[in-house]
Amino acid sequence: MSDNNEFEPKIIAYVCNWCTYLGADLAGTNRLEYPTNVRIIRLPCTGRIDFNLIVKAFEMGADTVLVSGCHPGDCHYTSGNYHARRRWMLFRGLLDTMGIDMERIHFTWISAAEGAKFQKVITEITEKTKQLGPYEAYRKVCKVS
Amino acid sequence: MLNQLHETCRKLLEDGTVQVVIGYGQSSPDTPAYPIFVTRPEDVQQLVWNNQCFGNLTTYLTRKEVRAMGKPAIVVKGCDEKTLVVLEKESQIDRSQIVVIGMACSAVGNPPLAKCQACEVHMPRFADATIGQVENPASETDGRYADLEAFLQKTPADRMAYWMNELDRCVKCYACRQVCPLCYCETCIVDKNRPQRIDTSPTLKGNYAWHITRAFHLAARCVGCDECTRACPAGIDLRLLNLSVAKAAETDFGFRAGMDPEVEPVVGSYSEQDKEGFIR
Repeated sequence: MSDNNEFEPKIIAYVCNWCTYLGADLAGTNRLEYPTNVRIIRLPCTGRIDFNLIVKAFEMGADTVLVSGCHPGDCHYTSGNYHARRRWMLFRGLLDTMGIDMERIHFTWISAAEGAKFQKVITEITEKTKQLGPYEAYRKVCKVS
Repeated sequence: MLNQLHETCRKLLEDGTVQVVIGYGQSSPDTPAYPIFVTRPEDVQQLVWNNQCFGNLTTYLTRKEVRAMGKPAIVVKGCDEKTLVVLEKESQIDRSQIVVIGMACSAVGNPPLAKCQACEVHMPRFADATIGQVENPASETDGRYADLEAFLQKTPADRMAYWMNELDRCVKCYACRQVCPLCYCETCIVDKNRPQRIDTSPTLKGNYAWHITRAFHLAARCVGCDECTRACPAGIDLRLLNLSVAKAAETDFGFRAGMDPEVEPVVGSYSEQDKEGFIR
């Protein structure tokens, strides 16, 4: 909570080392401002982003999770993002059945040249999460009874 | 049909083609059959075949102690046989080192199980010996995801409430994992503790993490034998979770695990043409 008691969401961004992380870097060097609610976690590749990490983020109190990597065809490891894309397509079906709020999981492709897109995405996601409020449902799950 | 099963197995054991027959035994009529491992020709009379043969025996093929018994013959239903297709694709079994005895099966259980109502493999397709014929198999094959679709009519909040209520009963006995023929990892991720990815305590938090993991590690692999649901002592309908991933695989990739041995598995391969609408 900030000083004026407004809800400040926690956003976890799992980003790939080669594209989105550099995109975020570019946003920084270009002095593009974006909300400070995002915590960036850098991984080698989107293909490395285990679905358990998404669950773990929610367990640890994230309100929204963003997963972001290279555009199709741009993967540093040739095919990591293609594999990841398939996995997410299946994973969404499962989360939907589990009743997880799908508006709290975002996937984007942001290249190293798209600092502006990074700024835009983070701003939008933060705004949206502020409207949705804290993810109380999953916090109830994680509460030790 | 039963005689034919006994004769086939006796012959296999007598001429030394196999050292063990993995089949169904039963202590009294109308009780669920249990797995038996027949190693002597004179014991084949213990094998039974009826609508109480629920188990998916292929789960034993990858076990160390069963492998140590020698070359096996295995009794399968059409649905269990799908597991063999996946196991072979994943290089877990050598099909030439297994004799598969396929049983014609109209349905198991009384009333028939949910999976039997939408069954399309009443006759095993790749067995070395197929025994019996199916009389009037009652089935509507397009109702595979009927239960899931009915469940998805609920709002996300109601679904969450449903699973909070269901998973609260889970005691983390891991019966769902042990019974699963495709959960063959030597060390399950839930047993790894450096780092500890999944909370092992049977709290709601740990149960959510476990069931998401279990279902997703079977993504596009689960053949829907529903043994996990049957084994669950808490009566949690794990079938819904398996179906939701299976449905995504069929809708997005037209893939159904265990149906066609020629098709490349969905997970572990990729296509540049994959169509998704949710990535910005």
